Amino acid sequence: MSLAQALFYLMSFIALTSAVFVAATKNLVRSVFMFFITLFALAGLYVLALADFVAITQIVIYVGGILVLILFAFMLSGKETLNAIAQQRRQFISLSKLPAVLLAALFLIVLINVMLKTNADHLGWISQSIQQKNVIQPDAATTENIGVNLMTGYLLPFEAVSILLMIALVGAAHLSRKEGAQ
Amino acid sequence: MISLTDFLIVSAALFCIGLYMIVSKHNAIQILIGIELMLNAANLNLVAFGKYDSLNNGGQMFALFAIVLAAATTAVALAIILNVYKKYKTIDPDRIDKLRD
Repeated sequence: MSLAQALFYLMSFIALTSAVFVAATKNLVRSVFMFFITLFALAGLYVLALADFVAITQIVIYVGGILVLILFAFMLSGKETLNAIAQQRRQFISLSKLPAVLLAALFLIVLINVMLKTNADHLGWISQSIQQKNVIQPDAATTENIGVNLMTGYLLPFEAVSILLMIALVGAAHLSRKEGAQ
Repeated sequence: MISLTDFLIVSAALFCIGLYMIVSKHNAIQILIGIELMLNAANLNLVAFGKYDSLNNGGQMFALFAIVLAAATTAVALAIILNVYKKYKTIDPDRIDKLRD
């Protein structure tokens, strides 16, 4: 087993266990902080898939932006009431969570079945790209290629996303404004 | 060499954990975290397959756009959640059952 494979299994183990902890824990703040670890492990998985730029973007945007936003929303939306809700539901745990667990587990079985049957490593276009040497090499600098592609082939989606970000910024600022300050 | 099937299975497990969170949680913020988990599972697939497209970088580019869209969605969703909390004093989606007052 190579080092990359060992790192892959370690990272995916960390990601999955912390994701299960996020889903299972009763303490809401602790679940948000465990979500940090899931996102970091996912960034590590992106690096192992030879996408270093996406990994850095993941850390900057998710860990730096989204999680801080989520923590802010937690603190602004009154933690005491949330805890009261959590304690009320505690006694019905096994009864009310059973359908959700069943749904998720059955869906997981279906997905894994499909993925094992797909035989993803021998798909037509993948073996074709291996033949044409169109695979990203571990020592390749992909960031330059991403920049060139972003400014040529993907220019229209890039501009569309920039307009959408602006709309989201204006919309979020409008929604979270104080009442009566028209 | 890490096979694509391994990535697919990890992302399937993450997706199902996100699905479980969305269905079972009584807190809008935790449902949002579940949605983020599902988006990340999809991103993992995109990135893993993007390894076989070094000229156009289709997978990585799509993952970048998905991350940006997730950030925009989260900002708006959290603003909506704070507004709902101001109005109803709870963010349990089961208890927010009035369309207008």
